Amino acid sequence: MNIDRRAFFKIAAAGAATALCPAPAAARPPKELPPEAVGILYDATLCIGCKACEVACKAENDMPMAHDTPLERAHGVAGTWDADNDLNSRTMTKIKVYTSGTAAVKDREEDGFSFIKRSCMHCVDPNCISACPVSALTKDPFTGVVRYNPDACIGCRYCQLACPFNIPKFEYDKAFPKIVKCQLCPDRLAAGGIPACCDACPTGASLFGRLPDLLTEAHRRLTFKPGEQQQYPVRRVDGDEQRKAEVTGYYPKVYGETESGGTQYLMMAGVPFDKLGLPPVGDTSRAQLSETIQHTLYQGMVAPTLLLGGLVFAVYRRTHAEQEDASAGTEPTAEAREGRRDA
Amino acid sequence: MREVYRPIGGKLLTRHFYFMGVLVLIGAFFMARRFIFGIGDVANLSDGFPWGIWITYDVVTGTAIACGGYAMALLVYIFNRGQFHPMIRAALLTSVFGYTLAGLSIVIDVGRYWQLYNVFLPQYANLNSVMLEVALCVTLYTLVLWIELSPAILEAMKDNRHLRQVRHALFFFIGLGILLPTMHQSSLGSLLLIAGYKVHPLWQTNIIPLLFLLTAITMGYAMVVFESLYAAVNLDRPIETELLSKVSAIIPWLLILYLVLRISDLVWTGAIAALLKPGPEPLLFVLETALFLYAIVNLLHKERRVRPRVLFWTALATILGGSLYRFDAFLIAYDPGPGWQYFPGVGEILITLAIIAVEIMAYLFFVKKMPILLAARPARLGA
Repeated sequence: MNIDRRAFFKIAAAGAATALCPAPAAARPPKELPPEAVGILYDATLCIGCKACEVACKAENDMPMAHDTPLERAHGVAGTWDADNDLNSRTMTKIKVYTSGTAAVKDREEDGFSFIKRSCMHCVDPNCISACPVSALTKDPFTGVVRYNPDACIGCRYCQLACPFNIPKFEYDKAFPKIVKCQLCPDRLAAGGIPACCDACPTGASLFGRLPDLLTEAHRRLTFKPGEQQQYPVRRVDGDEQRKAEVTGYYPKVYGETESGGTQYLMMAGVPFDKLGLPPVGDTSRAQLSETIQHTLYQGMVAPTLLLGGLVFAVYRRTHAEQEDASAGTEPTAEAREGRRDA
Repeated sequence: MREVYRPIGGKLLTRHFYFMGVLVLIGAFFMARRFIFGIGDVANLSDGFPWGIWITYDVVTGTAIACGGYAMALLVYIFNRGQFHPMIRAALLTSVFGYTLAGLSIVIDVGRYWQLYNVFLPQYANLNSVMLEVALCVTLYTLVLWIELSPAILEAMKDNRHLRQVRHALFFFIGLGILLPTMHQSSLGSLLLIAGYKVHPLWQTNIIPLLFLLTAITMGYAMVVFESLYAAVNLDRPIETELLSKVSAIIPWLLILYLVLRISDLVWTGAIAALLKPGPEPLLFVLETALFLYAIVNLLHKERRVRPRVLFWTALATILGGSLYRFDAFLIAYDPGPGWQYFPGVGEILITLAIIAVEIMAYLFFVKKMPILLAARPARLGA
């Protein structure tokens, strides 16, 4: 048995060495922003919580609204409220609210409140795309929009597990379900328009634009002092529409600039982002780590092919020796021995 | 190498068998509901917990338990321990059904099952996807397992022509049958790498593929011991204490290697600090480790591991420890964020029970009707 153990330890140690030392040189580099990358800058300090974006999103994407029967019965009207309280398989964008204490002042952490608009972050290096076995999720090579192809999707829901922002939703209530997520209104973009949510936003809280422009705008806003009057673009960052508003002060960070390798949906707010329910993701994409480890083990299928050769050779030697040994047949029945003679 | 496999015969339709049949019918009812009304009708899966017991038990844990064939093939063909060859067919049998029914579970679990063949179409392949590797590898290995088991079926059918053909190529499939589980059992762990913070720091580690592989092999040996003792008690077979003791002797060393790697990695990355935080996770970690330590302590003693009772409990502890490790990583210590909870639904559990019942029924059918188990006394070949 000692020989077994030693041999086994050798193999196990080799495996350990491979798994423990993903050579930094082989590490997959982070993904770059596509050349024509577009996105959305959401500014919670401008958001008034009117949910016009939600309504426009549902109208654009033919999504049914949800009913809250007790609420509707209590008020004697139906179809007035969209009652979902989070993203789900019929809600691709959602305004949520953070409150603290008396919730007296907007965009204040203590005794204040803040809105936050959640939807797909359109990551620069998306985990969902790395995870999907059948390339049902793809990133547009120019705009960087993360799109979904139901004809490829097998419904394994690995994208849901992989997404750090819990964005892809699945139609658990349907016999023939799909994954549902924001695709940045592809028809509107193709026609030179802007996403429905930005189009509907009256205050410029949801602002569409090319990503470099949005980042410049975000950093311009970070220099604003509370109490100042400032000009804010509305609907699209490169458009003519502008609006003057009083600055309420920013938490000094643009969420999405670096998160999970960067995202094309950027957020600004007056309160820290963990308070707004955004997850503790690091600055590198987990896809990068996962692919680095997996490709270190499987690069060009060289290691598995060599291993297969070795294994088949070892088995062949062993079974061949067995066959040459006249008494080694594992088939003792008379029929089989007859069969062998026939051959 | 004088070994004779015989169908053990006996009545197939026992009360035990009928009970399993009833479980299968109940499960079939819920499976029908799942396909008519959708997954949400029977399962408590949600957008926060997209994978429940169908993936965690039937696929991730089920195929690890089904590693007996792989673990024994390693021992017999790579470490050249021919003395264990007689146990290979029984081990293969549990592997065949473990993997085949994991495949069935996947068909039930995936939402768009009618497009499942897309994983085999090159135009859709995503070579960055750990899931693709797992899907292809598990499918291929299930086929390989059936080929490896086919001599037993062909012998029972007395189809000697095909038997000869299979025998000629079998060495290749045995080799492939060792490579494939090495790949996908580690990749089943790698699936979790991309989930990042959702997996508790005591389980989320860059060496997770190695830890999954090691525990899968160990669970394979434990399952061989467990299955043999099950057959001895329930099917009135002689207890192969000597061989079982030798197989069990491998288990503690694999577990020690696993624990050393896991704990030193936790210390190295500093994730060990999570042990001191409140919550159930540190206790689960301790429970996993305790189950493994129980097996290690009892199996390291030569005089203890010849006792069938010790063999049984240590095998069970190893299987439970490895299963708990998988459940913790995929479900119990998995936290997608505030507001999400998961406990399997009734229909969900009954479907899983039905799948386990099919496995046991198929096992009983095969050992009773096909030459899988070793004849009680090796017959002379000279006759």
